[in-house]
Amino acid sequence: MSTTVVSPAPPKKTNRIGLEVVTYRGGKTTLCAGCGHNAISERIVEAFWEMGITPSQVIKLSGIGCSSKAPAYFLGTSHGFNAVHGRMPSVATGAMLANQHLMAIGVSGDGDTASIGIGQFVHLMRRNLPIVYIIEDNGVYGLTKGQFSATADFGSKLKSGVVNELPAIDTCALAIQLGATFVARSFSGDKRQLSAILKAAIAHRGTAMLDVISPCVTFNDHAGSTKSYSYMKDHEEPLHQIDFVPFFENIEVDYDPGETQNVRMHDGSQLLLRKIDSDYNATDKLSALKAIETHKNKGEVLTGVLYVNTNDKDFIKLLNMTEDTLATLPSDLTRPGPEALETIMEEFR
Amino acid sequence: MATTEAVAALSTSDAGKKVLNDMSIQVATVNGSGSQTANMVLLRSILQMGIPVSGKNIFPSNIAGLPTWYTIRANHSGYIARKKEIDYLVAMNPETAHEDVMNLPAGAAVVYDEPLGLKQLRNDLIFYPVPYDKLVAPVCPEAKLRKLVRNMLYVGILARLLEIELPEIEKALRKQFGKKVKAADLNWNAVKAGFEFSDQNLAKTDRFYLKRLDKTKGKILIDGNSAAAIGCMFAGVTVVAWYPITPSSSLAESLTEYMKEHRIDPKTGKATFAIVQAEDEIAAIGMTVGAAWAGARSMTATAGPGISLMAEFTGLAYYTEIPIVIFDVQRMGPSTGLPTRTCQGDMLSTAFLSHGDTAHILLIPYSVEDCYAMAMEAFELAEMFQTPVFVMSDLDLGMNNWMADPFPYPTKPINRGKVLSAKDLDRVGKFERYRDVDGDGIPYRTIPGTNHPLAGYFTRGSGHNEKAGYSEKPEDYKNNVDRLKRKFDTARKKVPPPVIEEVAGAEAGIIAYGSTHWAIVESRDQLLNEKNIKTSYMRLRAFPFNDDVTNFVKRMKRVYVVEQNRDGQMFDLLRLDLPAGEISKLRSVRHYTGFPIDARTVTDGIYSQESQK
Repeated sequence: MSTTVVSPAPPKKTNRIGLEVVTYRGGKTTLCAGCGHNAISERIVEAFWEMGITPSQVIKLSGIGCSSKAPAYFLGTSHGFNAVHGRMPSVATGAMLANQHLMAIGVSGDGDTASIGIGQFVHLMRRNLPIVYIIEDNGVYGLTKGQFSATADFGSKLKSGVVNELPAIDTCALAIQLGATFVARSFSGDKRQLSAILKAAIAHRGTAMLDVISPCVTFNDHAGSTKSYSYMKDHEEPLHQIDFVPFFENIEVDYDPGETQNVRMHDGSQLLLRKIDSDYNATDKLSALKAIETHKNKGEVLTGVLYVNTNDKDFIKLLNMTEDTLATLPSDLTRPGPEALETIMEEFR
Repeated sequence: MATTEAVAALSTSDAGKKVLNDMSIQVATVNGSGSQTANMVLLRSILQMGIPVSGKNIFPSNIAGLPTWYTIRANHSGYIARKKEIDYLVAMNPETAHEDVMNLPAGAAVVYDEPLGLKQLRNDLIFYPVPYDKLVAPVCPEAKLRKLVRNMLYVGILARLLEIELPEIEKALRKQFGKKVKAADLNWNAVKAGFEFSDQNLAKTDRFYLKRLDKTKGKILIDGNSAAAIGCMFAGVTVVAWYPITPSSSLAESLTEYMKEHRIDPKTGKATFAIVQAEDEIAAIGMTVGAAWAGARSMTATAGPGISLMAEFTGLAYYTEIPIVIFDVQRMGPSTGLPTRTCQGDMLSTAFLSHGDTAHILLIPYSVEDCYAMAMEAFELAEMFQTPVFVMSDLDLGMNNWMADPFPYPTKPINRGKVLSAKDLDRVGKFERYRDVDGDGIPYRTIPGTNHPLAGYFTRGSGHNEKAGYSEKPEDYKNNVDRLKRKFDTARKKVPPPVIEEVAGAEAGIIAYGSTHWAIVESRDQLLNEKNIKTSYMRLRAFPFNDDVTNFVKRMKRVYVVEQNRDGQMFDLLRLDLPAGEISKLRSVRHYTGFPIDARTVTDGIYSQESQK
């Protein structure tokens, strides 16, 4: 009888709060094989796991559309909310007011955000609500089978040959102008960049608006589309190489301030942007807006952290709310005493 | 009746008779002219004299320059509904003066700005010309304030003509101006000037007098929107999202003021609430839904157009079972459709607001006390049933001042309903969001942030099973909507039951609700005293109806449903609910001019049908 050597099973990999990555997964995706949205969901799972966020403290919200199905496919034990079309921002706002200690991740699409939801999007940005807001942007309505959305580029072509003759709404430029404090554009196929941006967005306190080009393999991945895999491979123009050092790693980073911009996030994490364009300053609104427009005119899709501002007050701070969670305040704090009623009644005597 | 006849009647029978504590005053002016303070002083001083009184502002959707009428009714019997006939007109607005005078009944009095020359219009009225410009100059040297101060002149004039006690006027005036002593002095001088002018120049020839009674002891004067706001604060609301719309804005605005005053944590100086003026009504209800989902007591306040915009989210809240409170301060139709006039026009559409199968709890306050109490009741019911609850107020109730008893402090503790904590989850070891565990149709919920691996669930529209999993299975859908129906049936027994006043021997019943109540009280007396018709009365307080409603109709031979809309919306809701055999008993009386309903309209409406049986 030969002896078999039983090697001990390798210890399961856990994050800083002792959870395995599997804890951060959700239900099985029902989106098309190859859909960019699935890659984004995977990056979200990794980012939340790597950042060691407690799933029960996360709320995931969405509107309506293919993108908005995505929250069912990550963080399966978190509370989720599938709102009505284009109105997820208001639900997220209410939820964060009720419990400011939650971490909100909102997933929307280009139809859900830039058409029916543009009003709520605009006001979410200007309120600077603490939320990671992701637009899974494929330039097309998938669930209703292939109509143009408002982020479809001028001149891009539908499968049926119909050409888009309207200018695209640039959600990043809009977000920067309106007051969002972390604005990035990425590509679902750019695993490294998207991971770093997601982790930085999680570390940010304020509205982190991520426009992620996410090709629709069924309705918008053909020649003539400007949101296809091949178009993005050829036209993506990264602003910088991004490294993210989370606060809990306590790593001293060596960098050349001339080449790398180091942004310290609210939780102490560091966002390192190694510049490709040496003039770019990610904390300057004007340079961000100019760069977006310049690259667009050259037919390029500029990606990276376009703008970051860690100074502005978020919406919760602005309202001067108690640190305690409003949702669970005891009634001695929510129902004033009889003397308060008597004072009020006196005003009307 | 021809005018001459009226004069004849007046001169023979009524001329010498004093009419004591039974009259209506109408101040016709333009909005933005600052007459509101003067009108409030009149209203308050009559109340202080112990005489039951009400004040109603009939105003245009405009900031300045369009006609507005303020009507005050004083009545010894406590009738405070709008009175159709005006007994005393204060004509300040040249634009409407002619028409206002022509509409008066014979024997009425007119206090008017002398240059308007109204005296010639009719010979069956009593006219009191007042040279306002001449009178105001000496009491108010500053020319730009004269427009405001001249209103106080008519207060003084009416005080003398109607015998309103001057000390009560001064008390009311000083209360109105609060700490602004200089302004109070200036205005008080104007009152006195009006009084003196009247005393020396106007011979009293009309019949109307006010005299001290003891029927308003301890009463406060308050509008329904403020009352509702106070109720919301004591209900423990924590998140409020709203969008400005007449006539509900003042509810959210006064709530904001009260919360800033009484809901700051004394230890930290921080707010125990969040109030957000949203970008529109859709966002307002979206925030309300999000906040309630995350565990807050949350609400919004709006009017009909806002209700329309909130339809989709209301349906979602119904199916996702999220407890929200929505105040609908009802007004007339869409867009520029008389937004400053009252009605009960959202009853039917709100009862079933949204698409698919939906039905909602409606609470219907009839008084300012009720606005306060039902605000608290609404939050309790919303969280008990995990569903939207609408409080169906209206402009008349919400924006006008009503006398009321001071509000009692709530005696019931706040109950958040079926919410499972992490500890509960440990104990039960299982959580299915939409399972009917207790057989009452009401499931258990968890709130986001509950630190337990079982707590999380995915909230989505109607396509879910008992475990909140996505499902398009026919049996799952049917199971869910049937349970929601069961839940609604449970609510029948928990919503406020109707108030019934049954009169022995009455064959005819009246069903009414909300602010219509006040006209009913008076109309029932008119029917009895003038036509010898006895009536029983049921005031509805909520939808869905309970068995009391059916039983009341069963006991009556004929039932008049009185309401303030064109199509008889409550009439239709009752027809949907009543047993087939009872429906034919229902008759309808409707009032829909934009003015608050009056007793005479009700009496005429009932009598014309009753006389034909």
